[in-house]
Parts: sequence; C-alpha cells; structure tokens
Amino acid sequence: MKPQAYIQGTGAVSAQDSNVFPGTIREYESIRLPVADPDYKQWIDIKQIRRMGRVIKMGVAASHISLQHAGITMPDAIIMGTAYGCLADTGVFLNKLVTQKEDMLTPTAFIQSTHNTVGGQIALLLGCHAYNNTFVHGAFSLENALQDSLLFLLEQPSRKVLAGAVDEITDYSHAILSRFGLYKSAPVKNTALLQSRTAGTVAGEGAAFFVLAKEKDVQSQAELTGLEMLYKPRSAQETAMRLEQFLQRHGLQAQDIDLLITGRNGDVKEDAYYETIESGSFAGKPVAAFKHLCGEYPTAAAFAMWMATGMLRDQQVPSAAMFKGAAPAAVKRILIWNHQHTTHHSFILLSAC
Amino acid sequence: MSENVWIAGGGVICGIGQNLAQCLDAFEKMQPGMGTMRHLHSVHAQTFPVVEVKADNNELAQRAGLPAHLSRTALLSMIAAKEAWDSTGLGDIAQYRAGFVSANTVGGMDKTEHFFEAFVEDNSKGRLREVVHHECGSITELVADAMGIRHHVSTISTACSSGANALMYGARMISNGLLDVVIAGGTDALTRFTLNGFNTLMILDQQKCRPFDDTRTGLNLGEGAGYVVLVADRLAEKIKPWCRLSGFANANDAYHQTASSPDGTGNYLAMQGALQMSGLQPADIGYINLHGTGTQNNDSSEGLAIVRLFEKDYPPVSSTKSFTGHTLGASGGIEAVLSACALKEGIIYPNAQFATQMKELPFSPVTAFSRGHALQHVMSNSFGFGGNCSSLVFSKQ
Repeated sequence: MKPQAYIQGTGAVSAQDSNVFPGTIREYESIRLPVADPDYKQWIDIKQIRRMGRVIKMGVAASHISLQHAGITMPDAIIMGTAYGCLADTGVFLNKLVTQKEDMLTPTAFIQSTHNTVGGQIALLLGCHAYNNTFVHGAFSLENALQDSLLFLLEQPSRKVLAGAVDEITDYSHAILSRFGLYKSAPVKNTALLQSRTAGTVAGEGAAFFVLAKEKDVQSQAELTGLEMLYKPRSAQETAMRLEQFLQRHGLQAQDIDLLITGRNGDVKEDAYYETIESGSFAGKPVAAFKHLCGEYPTAAAFAMWMATGMLRDQQVPSAAMFKGAAPAAVKRILIWNHQHTTHHSFILLSAC
Repeated sequence: MSENVWIAGGGVICGIGQNLAQCLDAFEKMQPGMGTMRHLHSVHAQTFPVVEVKADNNELAQRAGLPAHLSRTALLSMIAAKEAWDSTGLGDIAQYRAGFVSANTVGGMDKTEHFFEAFVEDNSKGRLREVVHHECGSITELVADAMGIRHHVSTISTACSSGANALMYGARMISNGLLDVVIAGGTDALTRFTLNGFNTLMILDQQKCRPFDDTRTGLNLGEGAGYVVLVADRLAEKIKPWCRLSGFANANDAYHQTASSPDGTGNYLAMQGALQMSGLQPADIGYINLHGTGTQNNDSSEGLAIVRLFEKDYPPVSSTKSFTGHTLGASGGIEAVLSACALKEGIIYPNAQFATQMKELPFSPVTAFSRGHALQHVMSNSFGFGGNCSSLVFSKQ
C-alpha cells in the first residue's frame, strides 16, 4: 500500500480569513503578520478562553474547523507539529523565574508551556483517548506529523487522523528573532513583499489542520499524494535532483505539475534558491507563493497545504496567490516546495480527487 | 507493520552512570543517584535533591566531542547516542539510510534561562549564542550532524512520554522500509525552568523519591539521555540483536493537562494497545518497567490500570526512577534501553526506597536486583502531562 491519504477537511487560523480562501486578501504593512483571530467562542467555552494561551486557541479553532468540514466529531489520532511550542507561557514563566529569582512562581504558565499542550488540549476538549503525538522539529514539524499520520494510516486504514501544525509569535520571540536578522529593517506591504529584493522577511504565525483518511469518499477534498523532507542538501543541484526523484517516485515529471507553490518569503537570498530551480526544471510553469499572505514561520507550509487543498477542491487559484505566470484554469496536481534558510526543504505533493 | 523491528543496541547516560555498564552496576549495588545539585545553579539547591550526571559541561563536551558552550542537553544526547550506535557493531553509519529521532522537553533551555537574565532587563542584551539552539529540534540536529546522520532527523515532545514516542515513530519508519537504521530515544538536562515548574505543581519530594510506596510525596528530577538503535530483519540477521520491539501504543488520558485520571484510563489503553499489537496476553509479560514517578497521582493511576489489565497475573514490577530520578524527555529512552537490556541479560531491576505497601494495590514493586531470569517479554511505561500515555513491549524473539 502507498503511504498516501485523502484530505477530508481542513481548517486554518491565519493572517487571512479562516473561511474558504477569499478572492480578496487582508493587507498589512508591517514586519509582523498576526493571525486574524476568529471568534473563539464558537469552539471554546468562554470560561476556558480566558485562561487559554493564544497558541492553544489557534490550534483548537483550526482543528475544530477541519473536523467540522470533514463531518466528523471524533478523530482516531491527533498528530501535530509545532516548532516553537507555547512561547507565550514559556516567556511568562521564564520572566518570573528570572525577575522573582525562582520565588513565588505559579503553575499556570508552566503547565501551558509544554510543547504538547495544544495536542493535549485538543484531546481534552474532544474527550479523545486516541493516539496523540507532537513533533517539535523546526521546519520539519508539520512534515513529520504528516509522515507519522501516513504511517499510522498504513497500519490502521479505516481510521481518520487529525493532523496539523501551529506556531505563534510573541514579543519576546519577535525581539530575539529580529536580532538574528530574519526580518526586514522597515515595515513592508505584504502585497509587495515578494518583489522587495532586500534582505529579510516578515514574521508570521498560524494554525492549520487536516483530517486525513485512507479511503476516498464524497467528503474527500484532495489527495495527499506524497511527502518528503530533505535535510541540509549540499547544493541546489542536489535539491533539484531530489525534487526530480521525488516526482519520479510518483510517476511524474516537473512538467506534469499544474501549479508549483514555493515558500518565497521576500528575502533576496532565500528566494534566489527557489528561482534557480524554478527557472530550471519548472521553466514556464505557473508558480504561486503564500508567505506574503501568512508570513514566515517554521510551520508555514501548513498554511500552503490548506490553501492548496482549497484550490484543488474548488478548482480555483486566486490571483492574489500567483507569483509567476497566469493562474491555471484547472488544477490536477500541486507541488508545495518550502525551505527554511536553504537547510530544511519539504516537498508536499497534492492531487485533485 | 510490514517488517519486524529489532533493537540492535543501546546507550544511556544518567545520574547513576555515564554508560550502560555503570548504570547496571549502580542497580546491582543499590546505589540511587540522588544528591545535592552541583552543576545546576538554583536557589532550591538545598531543598530538593536531584539526580545529576556527575560531570560538568567541560567533561561532557570532551566525551561528546562537541563545544562546551552548547546546551548540556545536546552533550548528554551525543554521549548516549554514540554509545548506542557503537554497541551495535554495524560499522560506519554513513553506509546506511540513517535517522535520528530524539525527544526532549525544553530544548536548549539551560542556556536560554541564562540568556534571559540580561534580556529581560534590555531586549538588545544577552548573547545570541545562548538562544540559537533554544528550539527542541536544534538539539537533535547538533547531534545528528556530529554523528553524520542526514537521511532523517526529527524531534518529539510529549512531556514525560516523549522518549517512548520517539521509539514508536522510529519503528514505523523502519518497518515500512523508509530507513535502514534509526537511533531513537530522548535527552533532557536539568534546568531551573523545569525544577521550578515542578515545584509550582508541588510534586517534588524533598527526600529521595519513593515510587509505589504508600508514603510517597513526589518525584526527584533527574537528567540524562538514552537511545536504542532500531533495525529491520535484514540488518538484524547480520548482528546479534538485543531483542525485538514487538508492540507499542500511545493513548491519551483526556482528563487533565497535568494530572492522570484516578483510574488511569490512558495508562490502561496504552498498555492494552501495546499488548494487542504484540499479540500477547498480560500473563506473557515477565517484567514491567513502571513509569513510577513517585507522585501520589501517577503511581495510584498507573497501579490501578495495572490491576485492571493484569488482574491476578502481576509480573515483577519496578520503577528505575527510584535510582535515576525523572529524566522527563529522556526517561522513555533511558527506560527503553534498560528494558531491552533486562530482556537480553535476564535482569530485573530493583525499586529503591520502597518500604510501605500502597493500600489500593494488591502488588508491590521488586526491591532487590536479580539476574538469571528467562524473560521473554518486557513492558515499559511512560505517562505524563497533556494526558500522553505510551507503552512499549520488547520481546526476546
């Protein structure tokens, strides 16, 4: 059996609207794209909302939307990824630890600081006793969650897996990451981000979840056909070769891809890496982007996968997502290629049902 | 699963020994590792005993072959991962499609908490070198890079069950032929963050912890790393594997973010699922390496779940955390190595500091070290925060 699955439902909380990917997009002029918070009361009891960290709310909301769309109330596994985990509560506890010199600390922030808090809370709110796992590996967090899901479904083909990823920005994390020189030196319009040709990107955050199943039915929105991670390739040539081999394993060539979605983030150097391979193997192919919509964060590929699922389901590619060429009228196969700092690459192949 | 998954070797470093042989020696001599902290700097140094690895970062860095300014979590990880690989006799790791699946709970927090002292005063201050490896995954990559592993790297963080889940994920990739070898387990160094966190939960014992004892009042934190090497049949035939990872399951208690349900629902489901996957009956299990933290809540829930599943066929059980302390993200890895080794060597580990029978349980832990057991199947439990519960079953054949 092939490790593939059908996407039965998706949900996202991002800097864009949580509903079906809109024709118009939200515009920002900033180096930080916060999520457009939905009304969390739809999914979470108001008493709990107050105590809940923002990242937990984002994860709970996105997972509930995806379950709703899939038409199920209880998944058979919850498998998620988060690079940073619960940064806000970690920051609160660290701050008090340092400023109060390890004295008079309270447990709430610590309890909510562990990386599996979101996965645990989703299970707790659903009363879900099933398999539950959290991957915390930078820009491979989502991808490992998806791979674990695909392997889980090979073992248990009748099950449905809730898989996804979430990451948040906090003032602390933004200050620290800014000092590493990751972001633009001045605010930039997100709609102009990919044409900026300067160093740095804009920070993003968000949650996106998917209900995955082995069997196709009327609910199926798209197929997760294949997935691969590539760690520290030695050169762009190696990346191009691995990308080609990945497609070959699925009986495809670059020219069979209707739409390539790359992780361009407006950083002149990182985008050049995409350009090299786009203009080689994928010459003439339409290319879309997504980080001008959701910002850069290690699990941003989850937003891309959410967006691509919508494109395949609705057979509509919003022009706001296009970077090169015209939006294709019909889409059968979408390849998402994301990299972080050229060291962590992921290939996600999706097909129309 | 399409192929069997074998344990080709293992390595461990913790507060009772800096390799597996030293740890076995400490069990045999009944020498738990609790003591006053020497390497972690905390205002609670005189209040809470901890189970530290008895070496400073310079010594560890030298053994690991890594720079001493790196997180202690990475240094511990490297030492145990290297021991694990070397124990297999599989030669140069570069000839295999190799993966490193490592668990940890707080990444490079030992360095981050130091960075924060300057940073909270002025956010342009603090050395970035101290936060560059803050992320959990970064710790894994430091070790993978040093080991020459590039086909797969991943990190799991499900609190106290992290290490066990790393074995499961590694096993899935091996049995489906994605990789030839996977080094799987976990690592965690002591940090002020976790020490103070557990202190706010009021579950730290000021004495040596007493798992499965009626008078238990909490856990002692420990540190360390433990990894097994997983291979499929083809490579297992070339070596003498320790044993087979025959079953595993992960379930969620879905009761409370940090507390276990009174009847141990998640614990029961994890143990039952692992048995089912291995095709075994409860009576087939020859020894259980308990999660056994020494908290009121865990030991009661875990014990009652064992009562429910095993009914009258209680195998010998013990918590090795009575020696090593609770090493959090490392514990599932360390205890997997100990469980696999128990099967290979016919060892049953003692549960230290046990004196008083728990009222709600009909069984008690083993208190003496013994060899010569013809063990066929051993279970290892890892339960924890977020309701995450995992059980592993190791089998001789």
